[in-house]
Amino acid sequence: MKAVLLIGAVLCLLAGGLCLLASGGMDRPVRFGFGHPATKQQVKVLDISIRPDGKGLPAGSGTSRSGLPVYMIKCAACHGRTGREGPYAPLVGILGDTTKAKTIGNYWPYATTVFDYIRRAMPYNAPGSLSAEEVYGLTAYLLQANRIIDSNTLINAVSLPKVVMPAMKFFVPDDRRGGPEVR
Amino acid sequence: MEEKKTSDKKKISRRRLLAGAASAATIALFRTVSGQTIHAAVPANPAQAVPLNVPDPTKRPGPPPGTLGKRSPFEHPVKKPSDISSRTPLQDLYGTITPSDLHFERHHAGVPLIDPARYELLIHGMVDKPMVFTLSDLKRFPAVSRIYFIECSGNFRTGKETMTPQDICGLTSQSEWTGVMLSTLFRELDISPKASWFLAEGSDAAVMTRSIPLQKAWEDAMIVYAQNGEAIRPEQGYPARLLLPGWEGNTSIKWIRRIELTDRPFMTREETSKYTEPVRNGKIRQFSFEMDARSIITFPAYPVQLERGWVEIRGIAWSGRGKITKVEVSVDAGKSWHPARLQEPVLDKAHTCFRWLWQWKGEETEILSRALDETGYTQPTLGQLIAARGEDMGGYHLNPVTAWRIKRDGTVLFRPEKWK
Repeated sequence: MKAVLLIGAVLCLLAGGLCLLASGGMDRPVRFGFGHPATKQQVKVLDISIRPDGKGLPAGSGTSRSGLPVYMIKCAACHGRTGREGPYAPLVGILGDTTKAKTIGNYWPYATTVFDYIRRAMPYNAPGSLSAEEVYGLTAYLLQANRIIDSNTLINAVSLPKVVMPAMKFFVPDDRRGGPEVR
Repeated sequence: MEEKKTSDKKKISRRRLLAGAASAATIALFRTVSGQTIHAAVPANPAQAVPLNVPDPTKRPGPPPGTLGKRSPFEHPVKKPSDISSRTPLQDLYGTITPSDLHFERHHAGVPLIDPARYELLIHGMVDKPMVFTLSDLKRFPAVSRIYFIECSGNFRTGKETMTPQDICGLTSQSEWTGVMLSTLFRELDISPKASWFLAEGSDAAVMTRSIPLQKAWEDAMIVYAQNGEAIRPEQGYPARLLLPGWEGNTSIKWIRRIELTDRPFMTREETSKYTEPVRNGKIRQFSFEMDARSIITFPAYPVQLERGWVEIRGIAWSGRGKITKVEVSVDAGKSWHPARLQEPVLDKAHTCFRWLWQWKGEETEILSRALDETGYTQPTLGQLIAARGEDMGGYHLNPVTAWRIKRDGTVLFRPEKWK
């Protein structure tokens, strides 16, 4: 099926137009022409993901000091005064221990994920309400609380992707190999 | 004219009579079965059932046809909600289709309310020109219907004897899904040959994201807008979701609003700090997509009270890799195994019913099931999983053989196993 479609697609390219494929006795085009082009503005509004290499990070910056008051006001109620107490997800933990709570310090492999996740989903009751400056500040504050950066480090679009997370070295892609093996 | 009026009057009054009698009958029925009484009448343990004063249905007409059906007042299968999920009552179901309102739920910031008239799916990234598809657009494409299970990768609980199949693995359900193949959608655009992943993003308050290998789009990935014959339910992703057959449930992004073609994973929160699992030697396994073969006996299970004599052992089996080829049942705590009867047709990546007739003579014993799939994989024991993944293994992708202990008095209890 895929081969037929590939050949069909190539023929289309050569023909420079729509072509029909026979598919179980039914004519079927490669393209239907449904949908419409997205505007640059539409893409800009939705294109919020941050890549591990930093692509997508906005202008702005923060330090652990600038993040502290934001954390206390907007985060501590759920994550605890020092990021350990809960009642919800602990954020600060024991370095190197992957069997205990999955915290930023012992379990998150990429620092950019912290920025991406806080900006899209936090605080829980008002997701997407934080400014880039606030998110940089919180990211810096949490990285410092997990002893990954010091309190003077400026976190911005250039420095954040360079932060090496202690948990990065533990991560392996799925190594199950199929077949009868239990892995 | 006069005649018509008279006959109209007659029709009206008979309908009123019917409706009046029907509502009287309904009221009578509910008065005797509502509130306190219904709980006493239909308790968890059927052995304690108290006969009700249900009027003789042959003596009085019932309610007329309506616009929306209801379950019998004697039936109330329910999900078990926690703050973040809700479990399907597997032990109360028949066949393999989960009634839509009993499909399990797992979301990370509640169920969003989305206006289908304003819904749009954006596809952008490593494409020649980004495209937007409305729900009507999606429905215009050639449609496909498939029966698939969805299962949460965290679908294993243990710890007490008094656990039902719902408690142990109720985070799996099955529907007939209708939608458009993702490959059909992707062919509307020129995707760069350098693209090898796509990011899928939802429009719930978690704005949930997962990176998916592009290969899955060319295999069996779907954008689904209907469930069991009607629009997909809000809890399952209304008005449209991604469906990745056989893969861990969270990758099937609900309320999907955006797909970005890319050449690398984004390392989102869900695929790093959440849906990953510690394995041997301190390693953390990431991108573990496939759900491995699994089965569970749903009858007899806790809290059923078994009677001596013939009993049909029943359950469901499934594999994210493809078809179930065999389910074996043991009635002697795993010493010997018997092949169960599989309900045809056995479908790819779908819950399959298995059944096996047995005579219980009153002995204390354990009953178990294990599934085999078309890749030659056999459902492992918890011990085998620990041996493979280490004592500190994480709680995702656990698909162990489970056992029910049958006591001499007919009590059926779960046999819990702990590993840490």
